[in-house]
Amino acid sequence: MTKTDKTDAAKAGDRELTFGGVWPYAPSPESTDHVTIAPRHELFLGGQWVKPKTGEYFATIDPATEKPLSEVALAGDKDVDAAVKAAAKAFPAWRKLSGEDRARFLFRIARILLERAREFACLETLDNGKPIKETRDVDIPLAAQHFFYHAGWADKLDLLFPGQRPEPLGVIGQVIPWNFPLLMAAWKIAPALAAGNTVVLKPAETSPLTALRLCEVFQQAGLPPGVVNVITGDGRTGAALVRHPGLAKVAFTGSTEVGKEIQRAVAGRGVELTLELGGKAAHLVFEDAALDQAVEGVVRGIFFNQGHVCCAGSRLLVQESVQELFVDKLRRRMDRIRVGNPMDKNTDMGAIHSQAQLARITEMVGVGVQSGCALYQPRCALPTKGYWFLPTMFTDVTMSHRIAREEIFGPVLSVLTFRTPEEAVEKANNTSYGLSAGIWSDKGARILWLAERMKAGVVWNNTFNRFDAASPFGGFKESGFGREGGRQGLRAYVRLAGGWLPG
Amino acid sequence: MASSLSPVEFRVPPVDAVALETRVADLSTRSIKKAAKVQGLKLAIQMMDLTTLEGMDSPGKVRQLCQKARQPLPSRSDIPACAAVCVYPDLVGLAVEALRGSSVQVASVATGFPSGRTDRVTKLREVQLAVAAGASEIDMVIDRGAFLAGRYGAVYDEICAVKEACGAAHLKVILETGELKTYDNIRRACRIALLAGGDFVKTSTGKVSPASTLPVVLLLLEAVRDHFLETGRMVGVKAAGGIRTGKDALRYLVLVAETCGDRWLSPQWFRFGASSLLNDVLMQLEKERTGRYQRPTDFSAD
Repeated sequence: MTKTDKTDAAKAGDRELTFGGVWPYAPSPESTDHVTIAPRHELFLGGQWVKPKTGEYFATIDPATEKPLSEVALAGDKDVDAAVKAAAKAFPAWRKLSGEDRARFLFRIARILLERAREFACLETLDNGKPIKETRDVDIPLAAQHFFYHAGWADKLDLLFPGQRPEPLGVIGQVIPWNFPLLMAAWKIAPALAAGNTVVLKPAETSPLTALRLCEVFQQAGLPPGVVNVITGDGRTGAALVRHPGLAKVAFTGSTEVGKEIQRAVAGRGVELTLELGGKAAHLVFEDAALDQAVEGVVRGIFFNQGHVCCAGSRLLVQESVQELFVDKLRRRMDRIRVGNPMDKNTDMGAIHSQAQLARITEMVGVGVQSGCALYQPRCALPTKGYWFLPTMFTDVTMSHRIAREEIFGPVLSVLTFRTPEEAVEKANNTSYGLSAGIWSDKGARILWLAERMKAGVVWNNTFNRFDAASPFGGFKESGFGREGGRQGLRAYVRLAGGWLPG
Repeated sequence: MASSLSPVEFRVPPVDAVALETRVADLSTRSIKKAAKVQGLKLAIQMMDLTTLEGMDSPGKVRQLCQKARQPLPSRSDIPACAAVCVYPDLVGLAVEALRGSSVQVASVATGFPSGRTDRVTKLREVQLAVAAGASEIDMVIDRGAFLAGRYGAVYDEICAVKEACGAAHLKVILETGELKTYDNIRRACRIALLAGGDFVKTSTGKVSPASTLPVVLLLLEAVRDHFLETGRMVGVKAAGGIRTGKDALRYLVLVAETCGDRWLSPQWFRFGASSLLNDVLMQLEKERTGRYQRPTDFSAD
């Protein structure tokens, strides 16, 4: 330290950094002129828009303003039955198409999706509340990538399963959540179609608009009627779908609670099942890690998509020797997260998806405070209308606290510490979930040692929440079973006939 | 003053290249519009070290540049002057003369710029002459040969010696990041410059490709921010070379705004070293004012 350093160091109070005072960014809202939303949406059955037999509709709202966006049909038992029948009717011709021809449709869907990317990004942001930055740069491009990727496999399935004959299963019932509405639809539909199955998809009650708009893309691409059917509704609709006897397989992404119900519903029926459920991922930061980049990783891990991510890094496990430094850095970084209008291109964190989810997050944060954990939230003005929650960090959390064990599904990080790699592994795996984990360390050997021991479907190393259509995604334990994406994901959509042949 | 520190002092945290570049990509999507754009572009002018460092530099060229720095766009009184004019040492006197009465500083490169491959005595003498001729800012180059050979103490000692030779003049330490190659090297070189008392760390000479890049500048900003939090001493950052458009400049300013924050958003703590950047910034400012792009010939070529 030089002499000046010491003099200045005495004025420790002057050492705070402030942000956004000198050069505030002007609002930069994405224009929504090119997005028209019909006042009412029907069901998509057999390639047609069909009124629900229930005659009932429900509203879907913009969580950032609480304004209704549109009315959506409520599908009842009879509608579900009609959808499964439409899919069953389309199945024989679709499975008979050559892989090359199926690929052509998937490629076309992917290209149209990219051509209409801006429209889809805006619609997703309006219906879901997530920032336009994410829908534009993550949700929509990844959704298109899933169609591109699976188009590539459609005529090469024989190569995936050498010596065996991969055959489609039949009609697949798919139920998807509200956190990545279009992306989850793509994850489910693309491999199913590539393998020659037909689909009945039920989007989440609170975010159905992009899946419905995807049906327009199917029509534009000339996809044969009935190959994909989309029925909207609430939990009852989903329950009717998974109980329908015409299904060959059910694929579900959502909460562990509902996943267990579905598993009970399909038990003993000879129906295939894959479940992608909750998580309470451990995000490990070692003292030798690139700390500034690890901070970014942790922020991306828990505040991406308002924390509405099943694989969110909600448990930060930081080595005790760097805990103080790291938490300081994190706190300072959290102060700069821009929370607000999701349509603004500079917004980092948008609205909480629904009132119900906001209530759940608020309750769990209350639990954390009551149990004596130290709460940190940046000071930041939130809009008055809509559902909002500040980026939140709890320190002084231990393994037995509820906020360290239960999935919150919101922007709430629990910080715990460890001393040795062994302890880190033990704590990371000490959960009923096992969807993902993250490791920040500069030591290659340590990373491999840890990755081998993590009971998690995805282990990210020096990054977090990165997705790719070629990479299988899925969980251990109560995070579900089956994989989505990659070759492993396609396996869940075929029946292997012909047994093993040498060569 | 010029005593070598122990190698422990030069230890730095590792840098993860992929994650660093990911962060830059994310910040590069910031959308700077309307009032923020105008303010940012004007700030960029105020932060600009208008530079000419060529063998063919002549008194006429330097005078021309000085006039441009004083008044980048004579038709608009709201356009600020540049921070400094940066020249070779033999042209310092001339620049001082041309800039008399203005706020524009005279910066001189020194220490055997750009390679730095000359002996210590010559380097220090060059600094002293530049300061004596009226340079208020000295842009030195570090000894990359010594650095890459692992002789960090030698690099440190030399910066200390140059700092002493600068007297009251501000010292900018050019790391020449394009020759250090890895982010880990750059972070370490930056640490050495901070410990040795540099007033600024500067990316490049402009003679080596790549010159300034966004990830490198983010890394330097993180380093000076941490140094400030640790010691209370503020050090500036200068991005030099390869910055040609107003849009580029705004991307750099976003890094400053979101890494170091308000304190660094001033010409005292952040600079651009550039020659062709200014006219593009002026063109963008005119476009914001009139709603139309002007012809390139509407701006003086200097």
